[in-house]
Amino acid sequence: MSQHPTAQGTPAYFIPQPMPWPIMGSVALFCMALGAVFVFNGMSGGWVSLAFGFVLLLYMMFRWFGDVIRESETHMYSKQVDLSFRWGMSWFIFSEVMFFAGFFGALFWFRVVSVPDLGSLLHNEILWPGFTSHWPSAGPGFSEKFSPMGAWGLPALNTFLLLSSGATITVAHWALKENKRGLLNLFMFFTVALGVIFLVCQVIEYGHGYADLNLKLTTGVYGSTFYMLTGFHGFHVTLGAIMLAVILARCLAGHFKPDQHFAFEAVAWYWHFVDVVWLGLFIFVYWL
Amino acid sequence: MSAVIDDHGHAKDDHHHGDHHHGYGGMMRWITTTNHKDIGTMYLWFSFMMFMVGGTMALVIRAELFSPGLQIVNPDFFIQMTTMHGLIMVFGAIMPAFVGFANWLIPMQIGAPDMAFARMNNWSFWILPFAGSLLIMSFFVPGGAPGVGWTMYAPLTVQMGMGMDLTIFAVHLLGMSSIMGSINIVTTILNMRAPGMTLMKMPLFVWTWLITAYLLIASMPVLAGAVTMTLTDRHFGTSFFNAAGGGDPVLYQHIFWFFGHPEVYIIILPAFGVVSQILPAFSRKPLFGYASMVYATSSIAILSFIVWAHHMYTVGMPVTGQLFFMYATTLIAVPTACKIFNWLATMWRGSLTFETPMLFALGFLFLFTMGGFSGLVLALAAVDIQLHDTYYVVAHFHYVMVAGALFTAFGGIYFWLPKWTGKMYNETLGKWHFWLTMIFFNITFFVQHFSGLAGMPRRIPDYPLMFETWNKISSIGAFGFGFSQLLFLYIIVKAITSGEKAADKQWEGADSLEWTHLPSPAPYHSFETPPAIK
Repeated sequence: MSQHPTAQGTPAYFIPQPMPWPIMGSVALFCMALGAVFVFNGMSGGWVSLAFGFVLLLYMMFRWFGDVIRESETHMYSKQVDLSFRWGMSWFIFSEVMFFAGFFGALFWFRVVSVPDLGSLLHNEILWPGFTSHWPSAGPGFSEKFSPMGAWGLPALNTFLLLSSGATITVAHWALKENKRGLLNLFMFFTVALGVIFLVCQVIEYGHGYADLNLKLTTGVYGSTFYMLTGFHGFHVTLGAIMLAVILARCLAGHFKPDQHFAFEAVAWYWHFVDVVWLGLFIFVYWL
Repeated sequence: MSAVIDDHGHAKDDHHHGDHHHGYGGMMRWITTTNHKDIGTMYLWFSFMMFMVGGTMALVIRAELFSPGLQIVNPDFFIQMTTMHGLIMVFGAIMPAFVGFANWLIPMQIGAPDMAFARMNNWSFWILPFAGSLLIMSFFVPGGAPGVGWTMYAPLTVQMGMGMDLTIFAVHLLGMSSIMGSINIVTTILNMRAPGMTLMKMPLFVWTWLITAYLLIASMPVLAGAVTMTLTDRHFGTSFFNAAGGGDPVLYQHIFWFFGHPEVYIIILPAFGVVSQILPAFSRKPLFGYASMVYATSSIAILSFIVWAHHMYTVGMPVTGQLFFMYATTLIAVPTACKIFNWLATMWRGSLTFETPMLFALGFLFLFTMGGFSGLVLALAAVDIQLHDTYYVVAHFHYVMVAGALFTAFGGIYFWLPKWTGKMYNETLGKWHFWLTMIFFNITFFVQHFSGLAGMPRRIPDYPLMFETWNKISSIGAFGFGFSQLLFLYIIVKAITSGEKAADKQWEGADSLEWTHLPSPAPYHSFETPPAIK
């Protein structure tokens, strides 16, 4: 639990000064939301607002995280602050788990409830004559032919890539704790590289789906769940890879100590979370 | 860049209110602040403004329903009003109000210097005005605000104009704000308690917020997923809620209520916490059954995730499903009744006085219990088939949302205003506010039980002649209720500007740290050194 303030005026708990970054972030989000609405509805000026908001958000994050890194490197964070970060990151990852749970819930609903229901006797006679329930399915109203994404090509390779990156980041963490900086940098580089290769494979896979399999976002529930689940996962991998790259840069700059390196651990947790989500995707979207 | 708190304790005796040793002044002070008290104040005022906006919409609804036939607004605008009234009251008024309480009170009640993540705290608040603007802007775009009901059911949402997109992004932003706020609250409670403040010594308000924040972190992302699916169904051709593509509109209802049912406990649990602070203070007795209150709150949180489909008995569900959700729902009555009886036992043989906060707490106890009972009626699948989407449901959730959450928010503000501002409100006017609110509330909503039982549907601007008397009574009550709240504004502003000086321990029965260890008004930075907890 919380600790007593130590002697010699060491901070009891770090309370930051007022700063302009949060309001800048709010303005950025507002511009992005408004811009997106304009773009989706074919109105002019949407892209400008969207792009402005995005750049502002990037700038805000750059400055805010910059401040945090500076504070961390100048030892303003006590053990108690460190523990706060751990709780915060854990609950954030939990919220992300629940976000994916919503989409997995939709997938299971389609496979277990709605598609079999549409192929049931009642629906067959009244609404959708001739539709038989099967998975993958794009629903009774979808007439084009499409092929599902096979599990044992690129997706299996991607599984291997992500699992390997989970191993390399563990090696890097071990190296950091043993203070073997060369090994740390090398394996952090491997981790980032594996993440990037994963993303490249994902892009190739999407291209394959659109070009060869006639598998699109609009291909009924199979297309919807396939692209939304793997897409949100890919988005998280992208964020994770950027975070890993920042950590790599900080490793190269000599940041982190064997006993205090929460930023590293936070990104590692996040990366493992992304990894576990992928395993769920591989089993339920690609394989079974 | 950064202020570091030193360890020279001056929590108890040092009145340095207004001692803001940082660079920003004027408006920028509020925009950039990292102080939990500033942020709590902003949450509360924002919530009051949204309460006025949402309340005005309610009055438009009640004005239209004063007489049968279409009088003032067209049906399209009417449903936009009910939609926005619901969204604004839930996400803009009630939730931020209790986050305001959390910001003000949690650090003081657990002996912490501030919230765990002071900058993120600022961001959580400052997302809200922008999200609120997006919601309100939807009235001014082609097609107007979405007319879909606050639950935003597909497939209606897929057919709406661009106001729906604004609403979807507003919900995303509100969700981000809630998740950040909740992570902050959980972390503060778990990691910032003063030495000796064990979990089972925390005031019950802190406990209820710990559990509320957990519910928020678990349920808000699910709502974000649901509205994201709506967005992609609208614009990118996905088939989540489209049967032709194998999807299912009913899926939306499941996902929404998986969020939506925990949401109602998100709203009411902090209210339980506030009542659990007020009742002991004015009974001059410790809270009866503290541990059972904690366990009851936790049980409600767990049960809240397995009862969602009682909102959708009529949508088509296997009988086994209906039975499961019916039994699970009625099970919630057990921990809730445990709380009600504990509050009654707290007052039993207490030395009771009836200042305004106590009146609101008692009003809560009486009316929330009634709302709980009508909830039990609605939980019964067989009965609900008759009552689904009638005014009986409207009456039920206004008894728990208004008499439950809003009454306690009023009570909490009267209770802590002396601590926050160092000024006392006018007790006579406070009592007037309570009685006007209490009487007009019941005039407005009690009759809705009858019109609902007789079959009057909700969200419809017109009705047969047989419902006229009930609706006239209800509308008169609603306008009385609405204008009574201006008295509340007057009382608060009067207290802040020219109220009498409040004592450090204004209520003799109050025993949490903010009353026993801090002066009134509480200093800008409290508990820079953790207090000793016995």
